[in-house]
Amino acid sequence: MSFYDVLKQYEGPEIRKAMDSCTRSDVEAALAAPEPLALDHLVSLLSPAAGELIEDMAQRAHHLTQQRFGKIVSLFAPVYLSNECINRCVYCGFNANNKVERLSLTPDQAVEEGRLLHAMGFRNLLLVSGEAPHIVSTAYMADVVDRLRPLFPSVSIEIYPMETAAYAELIAHGVDGLVVFQETYDEELYATLHPAGRKRDFRWRLETPDRGGEAGFRRLGLGALLGLADWRVESFFLGLHARYLMRRYWKSSTAISFPRIQPAAGGFQPLQVVSDFDMVQMLTALRLFLPDTGMVLSTREAPEFRDNLIPLGITSMSAGSKTEPGGYAHEKEAGAQFEIADPRSPQAVAKVIAAQGYEPVWKDWDAAFLQ
Amino acid sequence: MNDSLIIAGRAFKSRFLTGTGKFSSPEAMRSAIEASGAEIVTVALRRVELENPNDSILSVIDPKRWLLLPNTSGARDAAEAVRLARLARAAGCEPWVKLEVTPDPRYLLPDGVETLKAAEILVKEGFTVLPYINADPILAKRLEDAGTATVMPLGAPIGSNRGLKTRDAVAIIIENATVPVIVDAGLGAPSHAAEAMEMGADGVLVNTALAVARDPEAMARAFKKGVEAGREAFLAGLGRERITAEASSPLTGFIR
Repeated sequence: MSFYDVLKQYEGPEIRKAMDSCTRSDVEAALAAPEPLALDHLVSLLSPAAGELIEDMAQRAHHLTQQRFGKIVSLFAPVYLSNECINRCVYCGFNANNKVERLSLTPDQAVEEGRLLHAMGFRNLLLVSGEAPHIVSTAYMADVVDRLRPLFPSVSIEIYPMETAAYAELIAHGVDGLVVFQETYDEELYATLHPAGRKRDFRWRLETPDRGGEAGFRRLGLGALLGLADWRVESFFLGLHARYLMRRYWKSSTAISFPRIQPAAGGFQPLQVVSDFDMVQMLTALRLFLPDTGMVLSTREAPEFRDNLIPLGITSMSAGSKTEPGGYAHEKEAGAQFEIADPRSPQAVAKVIAAQGYEPVWKDWDAAFLQ
Repeated sequence: MNDSLIIAGRAFKSRFLTGTGKFSSPEAMRSAIEASGAEIVTVALRRVELENPNDSILSVIDPKRWLLLPNTSGARDAAEAVRLARLARAAGCEPWVKLEVTPDPRYLLPDGVETLKAAEILVKEGFTVLPYINADPILAKRLEDAGTATVMPLGAPIGSNRGLKTRDAVAIIIENATVPVIVDAGLGAPSHAAEAMEMGADGVLVNTALAVARDPEAMARAFKKGVEAGREAFLAGLGRERITAEASSPLTGFIR
């Protein structure tokens, strides 16, 4: 059994119907319920009726996050290793059909990026690539990680889905976190958005966090790309997925990212509008349902909005990101995955975090755990 | 009266231990630690760069004033905890370690089996070991037998502020212990700290309740008083609780 079997027990349209039938008193009941909340409570908190009680949700999310995580926000930076990709995801700048400058970093170039980020203060790195196993192979990844580990106590990966054995190998080289966005939990919609490449296989992707959990990653990161399917239903499945993972792979912590579609090569327009209000409801509902799950916010979002989300449950942020390979050392020489909306430097973001009464945390892990 | 807390032959005037986690800034942490009167301050090794003199935590805690007690928070098994402890010692920390082995990242409950394994190794290597444990009286004795300097049972899951939910088991640990018993986690209010001290705990460690308070410095002062009040009450000899009121006209007075 994997999460696919769990997912199949629910129908998206039925979930949405249940949300539409929620009343204010259902939401109040969810807000008054002791932890842990049930799935029914999550449905209520994600419902249209919950919009009226968004301030109450935010207040509770704020207190819960401070209680569980303290007054801190962790910082990390992505390093794009390669924008080569065999997939044709219609929303992505790395789509194989797009005419963008393709580049894959050599391990030396990856270290060059790493040194710059280390000098900025980062100790927590996320290695990103498109799906190009002929270039970004397991051996290549192991080599890159070996070279970056002396600089970074924590290295996570957000590359294409791999087999459990390959993950185990990367863990042995010191990778501690795995991030994989499902993009959408709607299997039919998924098929239309991923017309070619390995990524067409919904189940293979959906079960990636299972393989990561079996391999033993310390952190498993999830996300749905916001702007594809109904965000309320996607949020329900994200909650379900995270809860499944933490019960099954009980030694791994979970985190949820909130990637909202941004302009990218190919000119894809979002299929659904996800407003700032919607994102706040999503974030706070998931926080109440998953008090211990990390909540991650990237530079896809604008500065002011990012700053305002900090007290609502965000535990980890990227800052100063470049989404093109080699972008820290040589800006704009290769195609980017998407446009970033928050161009502030890491130090500027850290200052804003501190001004809000949170300590910006650069290091929250130590290489000694794994080696 | 000299009422020092003695751990591994070293005397501490304060029975209140605190930590460096979850504070909004190094300044907030520093002022809370000052106000707490604590002499032992624990720090998560995963949070600090031991080799970096400008580290945001280490640079504000003067090792001449406080015993910096490295902890192995984040370790999932004995091997990881042992590695972290050795790392701290190699970097020049005193060979003291607050041993935490918490394989579950949500409630951070301690794994007694792995904790005992790690304690046995670290004691042999000359560490002064202060293990964080569930309130398990047998495990507490096993750790004592292995040579740990204290036992640190939890009051409730770490960071939960729920208070002394493990009261009955902690009472048994205190009754049987030959090393100091320090109640470590879950205490959310000065009254919780006082309760543990009234029972005869040798000390308490509180971190989250200070760090997430609106005013950490004031909360640290309040806890300090709670610890002191509880200790004084314990030493003064608390009256036993009675289920019924004591009758002022005894029923058996006529036969005396």
